Amino acid sequence: MSASVYMDYNATAPVRPAAARAVADALVLTGNASSVHGFGRAARRAIEDAREQVAALAATAPENIVFTSGGTEANNLALAGTGRRRILVSAVEHDSVLAAAPEAEILPVDELGLVRLDALADALAVDGAPALVSIMLANNETGVIQPVAEAAAIARRAGALVHCDAVQAAGKIALDFDALGVDLLSLSAHKTGGPQGAGALVVAAGLDLAPSLRGGGQERRRRAGTENLPGIVGFGAAADTARTELDAAARLADWRDEMERRVGRILPAVEAVAAATPRLPNTSCLLTPGLSAETQVMALDLAGIAVSAGSACSSGKVTPSHVLHAMGRGEVAADAIRISLGWCSSRTDIDRFVAAWQDMVTRAGLLPSAA
Amino acid sequence: MVVSGNRSENVIYLDYQATTPTDPRVVAAMTPYFSERFGNPHSRTHPYGWDAEDAVERARAQVAAIIGAEPREIVFTSGATESNNLAIKGAARFHRARGKDHVVTAATEHKCVLESCRDLEAEGFRVTVLPVRPDGLIDTETVAAALDDATVLVSIMAANNEIGVLQPLAEIGQACRERGVLFHTDAAQAVGKIALDVEAMKIDLLSISSHKLYGPMGMGALYVRRKPRTRLTPLFSGGGQERGLRSGTLPTPLCVGFGMACEIAAADMAAEGQHLRALRQRLYKGLLARIDGVTLNGDPEQRLPGNLNLNFAGIAAEDLMTEAKSVALSTGSACTSASLEPSYVLRALGVPDDLAHGSIRFGLGRFTTEAEIDTVIDRVAAAVEKLRRGGSGVAAE
Repeated sequence: MSASVYMDYNATAPVRPAAARAVADALVLTGNASSVHGFGRAARRAIEDAREQVAALAATAPENIVFTSGGTEANNLALAGTGRRRILVSAVEHDSVLAAAPEAEILPVDELGLVRLDALADALAVDGAPALVSIMLANNETGVIQPVAEAAAIARRAGALVHCDAVQAAGKIALDFDALGVDLLSLSAHKTGGPQGAGALVVAAGLDLAPSLRGGGQERRRRAGTENLPGIVGFGAAADTARTELDAAARLADWRDEMERRVGRILPAVEAVAAATPRLPNTSCLLTPGLSAETQVMALDLAGIAVSAGSACSSGKVTPSHVLHAMGRGEVAADAIRISLGWCSSRTDIDRFVAAWQDMVTRAGLLPSAA
Repeated sequence: MVVSGNRSENVIYLDYQATTPTDPRVVAAMTPYFSERFGNPHSRTHPYGWDAEDAVERARAQVAAIIGAEPREIVFTSGATESNNLAIKGAARFHRARGKDHVVTAATEHKCVLESCRDLEAEGFRVTVLPVRPDGLIDTETVAAALDDATVLVSIMAANNEIGVLQPLAEIGQACRERGVLFHTDAAQAVGKIALDVEAMKIDLLSISSHKLYGPMGMGALYVRRKPRTRLTPLFSGGGQERGLRSGTLPTPLCVGFGMACEIAAADMAAEGQHLRALRQRLYKGLLARIDGVTLNGDPEQRLPGNLNLNFAGIAAEDLMTEAKSVALSTGSACTSASLEPSYVLRALGVPDDLAHGSIRFGLGRFTTEAEIDTVIDRVAAAVEKLRRGGSGVAAE
């Protein structure tokens, strides 16, 4: 697989070298962090160091970090843990938010995928029941960055709590828990170049959170279970690297924009979804009218290029994106692919992608000059 | 093998029931999946994803084999705490709508089982917590007598984490099956240490922990019987992974390590068990020969090969561990090891509080050597002698 080009960082990222080293070191440590002997205390220290690193990524205090098994668990814990029965979520949230709150009220988004703040204000005004609002920081399929701070200000004025799924945003754009003004924020290690199987929920000081997993009282009684020492330590190292390399992440936008310009020149009908609004620097949702996503990902795979048809979750088949549907683009949703770059991407990846993509649309007979 | 983690001090690790070192063969199997083979196993559109999915499915088969299950009956989780929460709350909540409202467990279960039952109690379920005998074992008749027509589930552990006793799973499974009640067992301490078979033991739900059998932390599984199908309400929702029972991206390297750990344990279980029983006897006899007033908690025969739980008359466990700090021991469960409360497990056996305060768990495992055991005997005997000579002021040194 080394010859191929990986452009699916929003599904999972290769583990950063610093994180891989931290994991490898921790794998040969023996010790349950709850044990009082030296082995246990060494494990505890490593976990608390990682807690500081992860907290720094979100610009928050270490004691606000609750380690989980990943973003899905963090989202589920946030939505179940506040005890608020009335939940409002944006229509473009990740499946783990939508499925965790099946009875939630759905907030519409505009044609760029931005949550409608007027709809949020109206919904909170008509019903005074204590609510929880969940809005993602950046969308996994389009990269669109939501006006979370504005939404949070509206929600807080109405007495609502706010959760933000920052799984895709973390490590790609700067995060500031206090500036966002939210109460809960979800993070995932493997999306930032850490190992799979670790994540965190940031919980505002003073917020009472009922645990979903009960048992030994770990994570200050908010998440039971022996701490995943290598996973947490790897998460810490990845968070630390990602935070210090945010400039490099921002520069991915240059390559992404160049790629979008080049495919646009080849086939003017192609559309970079939501390019008119701030997006994650690494993400491109490319719509090629008349060429199904399934056909595209297969053709690109044959050319050694790994992209996706949306999110990587387990439906087992390619289903049209609920995100594009919510943006009023349902009719073309089946023709969209996602290209996502990351810390190990290179300039030549862009060239190889554009060449393969041109080849694909040429063979599909989509080029006006194909004759 | 020297277990690292405590700088260069010559500290002997005897806390294998808290966690086990990750076997070097397991680390070797996992390593490629932390680097070049990094795909998301749920990515369906490229070889990175397919390669990861293949690895996860191989691991699933390795885990299934160690308990006589089919691969598709294995649901990967983040560990035994999650497995136990999912099994108990998931089964109870699913069957609530079908008129079932009663759950049965035992007083010596792991905290996460008891706390899960407490959650259910708050939701309106009836919970029966059964007593155990002074040897720590539970009578099958006691279980059978507790069942009624509204009982959903019985949750009885395979091996106790503090005193190592092995419950009569096959008998309990039979009693449950006869009444149409689901049988869950927390086998976190037992898998890879003793032979388990979900068919022969009539087990419907079984929790496994990876880091208790030389696999990585952050990983576990729940066995969920397919025939007849055991239905659960999931704890997490989302992408619908693990047949909808447990959403979330599967951690490929952890799955691979867990699978390898199961394969190694399955192959070595008989020989390793024999070896550990011999080492344990050496330790027990050695301590008895050198120290007066030593008593054993829990049944002497029906216990994990690598577990001893002992009282030292007149000595507080904390003092002994402080004095013998070159041996990594514990008072019981790691989860509660910072607490000064006497073990609720020992209380359930009827051990008086003063003796319970003096109880120490010795957890032996794969990398424990005969030489280490002899050193431990010397160190513990010397510590007890010093404490008995010097009275109670020693801990403050």
